[in-house]
Amino acid sequence: MAKINLKNLEKSYGKTKVLHDLSFDINEGELIVIVGPSGCGKSTLLRMVAGLEEVNAGSIFIDDKKVNDLEPMERNIAMVFQNYALYPHMTVFQNMSYALKILKIPKDEIYSRVQKAAEILELGELLERQPSQLSGGQRQRVAMGRAIVRNPAAFLFDEPLSNLDAKLRVQMRLEIKKLQTQLKTTSLYVTHDQVEAMTLADRMVVMNEGKVEHIGTPLEVYTKPKTLFTAQFIGSPAMNILECECKNGEIILSNGSTLKINTKHQGRANLGLRPEDFSIDENGPIKLKIELMELIGANTLFHCRLEKNNEPVVVSIPGVLENKYIGKSVGFSYDNSKIHLFAINSNQRIS
Amino acid sequence: MKNNVIFKGWWLPLLLVAPQLIISAIFFFYPSGQAIWNSLFLPDPFGLKTEYVGLDNFTFLLSDSYYRASFLTTAIFSISVSVFSMGLGLYLAVLADRLIKGAGVYQTLLIWPYAVAPAIAGILWMFMFNGRIGLISWYLGLLGYDWNHALNSGEAMSLVVVASTWGRVSYNFLFFLAGLQAIPKSIIEAAAIDGANFWKRFRSIIFPLLSPISFFLLVVNIVYSFFETFGVIDIITAGGPEQSTTTLVYKIYADGFIGQDLGSSAAQSVILLVLVGLLTVFQFKYIERKVHY
Repeated sequence: MAKINLKNLEKSYGKTKVLHDLSFDINEGELIVIVGPSGCGKSTLLRMVAGLEEVNAGSIFIDDKKVNDLEPMERNIAMVFQNYALYPHMTVFQNMSYALKILKIPKDEIYSRVQKAAEILELGELLERQPSQLSGGQRQRVAMGRAIVRNPAAFLFDEPLSNLDAKLRVQMRLEIKKLQTQLKTTSLYVTHDQVEAMTLADRMVVMNEGKVEHIGTPLEVYTKPKTLFTAQFIGSPAMNILECECKNGEIILSNGSTLKINTKHQGRANLGLRPEDFSIDENGPIKLKIELMELIGANTLFHCRLEKNNEPVVVSIPGVLENKYIGKSVGFSYDNSKIHLFAINSNQRIS
Repeated sequence: MKNNVIFKGWWLPLLLVAPQLIISAIFFFYPSGQAIWNSLFLPDPFGLKTEYVGLDNFTFLLSDSYYRASFLTTAIFSISVSVFSMGLGLYLAVLADRLIKGAGVYQTLLIWPYAVAPAIAGILWMFMFNGRIGLISWYLGLLGYDWNHALNSGEAMSLVVVASTWGRVSYNFLFFLAGLQAIPKSIIEAAAIDGANFWKRFRSIIFPLLSPISFFLLVVNIVYSFFETFGVIDIITAGGPEQSTTTLVYKIYADGFIGQDLGSSAAQSVILLVLVGLLTVFQFKYIERKVHY
């Protein structure tokens, strides 16, 4: 167990800056998930912590020790790669014991440590197999096993589940969570999948274009997104963003509809409305024209347009609803405690 | 999974393999048959008539100390050429693989020697080491070393080995580089995180993963050094001095076309054919086991 501190990290490839002045701390035993769209610099950040990429400016501390110039092997970290990166010519046992062998640990201790890890991961019967004889989920487990036998200061996960099929991904996600709570090893986990991020993270870091948008628990990030980007990135279907005008505790939409809210903000703003916080209400303040309905089982998605000015809005209502709404104009009300407002220029949250 | 296609008649499959069969028949089976047939005869010095001698050509060869010596020469020559050209090719490929800038130029330059025909490569090296006008032999002379591969058999052997190796390094380099680049980068990174330094990674990860390519190159290089180095040897040393660079294939040429002993030459061809065949079978049977695909 260790804590990791990142201070003012910067990274550029030639003239392209991929990380801008990035700082945050990872507490002992914490699982931090870095989430963001592809190209936001999240994998680069992870690789910098691992020692696979050079740090251009700033510093990385593992347990208060500056590791900027240390080789990957000197940082005492373990990494799980997206493509697992198992050694194809070695058996599962050899894969898991490779690092221990290099550390010149006595044979019987290697044996017992691999056995123990194999037991935790239910790999006991596969130890003599070659990676090519394993399924995707089993390979994933071996990659995890290779990480845990070493008892590293921290685990780094680089999109470890994205090569698995949907069902296996859910299962492995749970296993990773279980394993991490059991071992309490500090972990840094990179993914582009917001569901993975929400379910796994103790705290999550939302990144965009090399900058941190929001750091917080999944609940905080979801209920009180700090920036417009976070608001739109986290949550599926994505949050609706509409332009509005705030005036004396009232929000006036561009088509004239009004919502009541307790805010001191005056003037123009971006209004964020989560699709699931709408409800059908004949007398509701928001009138929407329904264009399309999607039945996805647990809820029904309405793809609508704001009446009068045609801005698109998505609404999610629990349960399966009939198709009778298509083409009609329907009134909706919105849970006023769940209104999000963002400043027009800075895109920061207005409380 | 069953991939076999079942044909109804036999003429269509025969037609489909016919081109390959015809080429093999004309360029391999017919000449081989001729060689075997000729090896049983002894032509007279003017090539006007031949006399059937049975296996006499073979028994004579096996009792000929020069012929037996050329086996050893061939072994030394082939092993040296294969080891040096593969070792150097691998070394250069590892360097090129680590290169980020200018990799294209470096690779292109390294491939050039492969485009030079063996005979021309031979002339190139012969001139550089020529006892009277050679640049390198002149420098060696300045250093106090008297180079003369026309007299010194060790020097002659080293020179043909160097010249043959030089032409071969490019080929091996290309294959090794392709092999190195096919190894997923994350595997190397995983090994680095696991604590392996470069040398350890090379020995326990990279080299085993290159083994299919190394094996292929071994077979190809041995066959190359058995046959295709004829030009280099002919130009630089013509098998001398004292037959010290006469490999099996060069002796076939020398005995058959210079010595006009076609019967013996044919018998040597047959022996060489069998030898290379056995060697290849041996490689596939014993060395391939150590290959991880």
